[in-house]
Amino acid sequence: MRMVMTGNYASAYGAKLSRAEVIAAYPITPQTSIVEKLAEFVTMGELKAKFIPVESEHSAMAACIAAQTAGARTYTATSSHGLTLMHEVLMWASGARLPIVMTNVSRAMAPPWSVWVDHMDSIAQRDTGWLEFFCQSNQEVLDTIIMAYKICESSGVMLPAMVIEDAFILSHTEEPVDVPSQELVDSFLPAYTPEYKIEVGKAMGFGSLVRPDQYMEFRYKDMLAMREAHDRILRVEQEFKHVFGREYGGLLERYRCEDAEVVLVAAGSVAATTKDVVDAMRARGVRVGLARIRAFRPFPHAEVRSLASKVEGIAVLDRSYTFGAAGAMYTEVKASAYSCPKRPVMKNYIAGLGGRDITPKILEKIFEDMLVVAKRGAEDEVEWVDVMGLPRRWK
Amino acid sequence: MTKTTIPQEEFVFPGGTGCPGCGANLVMRYLLKGLGERTILSIPACCWAVMPGYWPSNCLKVPLLYTAFEATGAAMSGLRAALDVKGVKDVTVVGFAGDGGTVDIGLQAMSGAAERLTDGIYVMYDNEAYMNTGIQRSGGTPWGAWTTTTPVGQTHGFKHESKKDIMAIMQAHRIPYAATVSPAFPEDFIKKVQKAKAISGFRFLHALSPCPPGWRMNPSMSVEVARLAVDTRVFPLYEIEDGKVRITRKGKGLPLTEYLKVQGRFQHLTESEILEMQKGIDDIWIRLLLKESSGT
Repeated sequence: MRMVMTGNYASAYGAKLSRAEVIAAYPITPQTSIVEKLAEFVTMGELKAKFIPVESEHSAMAACIAAQTAGARTYTATSSHGLTLMHEVLMWASGARLPIVMTNVSRAMAPPWSVWVDHMDSIAQRDTGWLEFFCQSNQEVLDTIIMAYKICESSGVMLPAMVIEDAFILSHTEEPVDVPSQELVDSFLPAYTPEYKIEVGKAMGFGSLVRPDQYMEFRYKDMLAMREAHDRILRVEQEFKHVFGREYGGLLERYRCEDAEVVLVAAGSVAATTKDVVDAMRARGVRVGLARIRAFRPFPHAEVRSLASKVEGIAVLDRSYTFGAAGAMYTEVKASAYSCPKRPVMKNYIAGLGGRDITPKILEKIFEDMLVVAKRGAEDEVEWVDVMGLPRRWK
Repeated sequence: MTKTTIPQEEFVFPGGTGCPGCGANLVMRYLLKGLGERTILSIPACCWAVMPGYWPSNCLKVPLLYTAFEATGAAMSGLRAALDVKGVKDVTVVGFAGDGGTVDIGLQAMSGAAERLTDGIYVMYDNEAYMNTGIQRSGGTPWGAWTTTTPVGQTHGFKHESKKDIMAIMQAHRIPYAATVSPAFPEDFIKKVQKAKAISGFRFLHALSPCPPGWRMNPSMSVEVARLAVDTRVFPLYEIEDGKVRITRKGKGLPLTEYLKVQGRFQHLTESEILEMQKGIDDIWIRLLLKESSGT
């Protein structure tokens, strides 16, 4: 059924259609309408689930961990400070190999207070062992939640996933969304039946103490699982396309990258704007393209490497900053491209922090700058875009 | 005198890694004797996170979910929700945490679980300091005690702050049942466990858990010191059922010094300091008697 809805409702419908059985959540702007909607689904009897109104995000994740260990499919949603409060238990969820799915409405970190979009919160969780999917549209939010359960619950993966929507730009903006029927989703996503769960009659310990001669093997298996997740994402998306008729381009969506001189790498809602800019520039004969990072974890190293060997320049737009280094997406892209026989020129653009708009004009100027940089090399490898006091060449 | 028969079945096997004379081992043993096999435990960072043994060994006969330090209450809610949604009945969900994991870092999650009326039993085994990390003071450490972070020296001396009254905190949550239990009185202990088990909602047990290394005493003294705690009214045995206090064992009313003198952690106290401590304990006891007689 086609409906008009916000990204947050798309998240709630995604969790409902996936038949989440335990939902534990704590309110935070701009995530609240997700859990409000889910609480409504549960109370109206539309979703057979237990809703735990916990007293913090840390407890939300801890409750999901316990419920998932007991064999229930769980869901939660949070944002920024809520996500970072969860940090400890995010590692717990992945270390315990629990395929929990969570929406993070990506929002800037304080101080100074900001409720608007950037990716600092999500990027800061990159080492927690969670799969991280950045979405471009509300439809993709709904579809990715359903796919995430299927990817994560497969026996070779058994890791949790974070589905990321940009604060307000997706969370509170309505778009037409195709809401698939429950029957169709059921045919795609079977019930959660884990190999191990905590239950009476089985005196097992979940999360016991291990010695130094045992610990590394657990982390090694996590690494293998994340590697397996890469292939599983591609396979599940193909199955999804077969059932629902939609696809999103795997871990790295390439938009008009064929024969491109310069591509911009970006993640999240800004990719939609960038596609328009690419179209406009292509119409003028400028050979530019967009590579959208859908999965930040696992990172699409092979896909980036393959792209990098074919272009002159890569601009990477980061909506966050890793202090003391550079944008996190940039360092990943650069590391991936390093082994290319012919390496493109690369430059990092930091933009859109704390909800600042990344306009078509700015994106066009980034492409134009990169076209020059690709020929001459970059003066500054990392440039902060549209910052007061810095050269005003972006507007 | 009616006697409770202590169940024969053991749920704590040999092979655990607790210290000699560990009170927490007795607390677990009596708890599980009272609860039986249809129990799921959730244990945060604490001595008992280590005591079941290294993976893949486990000295407990019931399943056990290890959780983050501050997360016991939330884990209980999650376990119960999953059991409910799956239609699994007749299982006791238990959170089993130390004093630091309860009155300090875990207080929020436990308060949340209590407020949400999570159907489970929360057991705080109280060894009165962060013992697993090596005897650092907690909100459960009593006034006057030496710990490694309240060392006895020229300027400070010992812990100068009172122990948090966790039973009053839980009473304020209006939970259906809360009780204090002691490994020196296993019949009273198991009776309360069985009573708690039969009630639904959030239930709380406060178990005194003597710790020979932390209390600086001979391992053979654990049960004796637990008995002295009751007889000196340092640790009165009582229960709060639907808000009403009932003292289950009055104790002999022995002088506090009987309890202090067998433990190294109080040896620095002067006579006047002991008098001050005695006064505090008398006050708490009188208030407890008043609560009982007034039906609150």
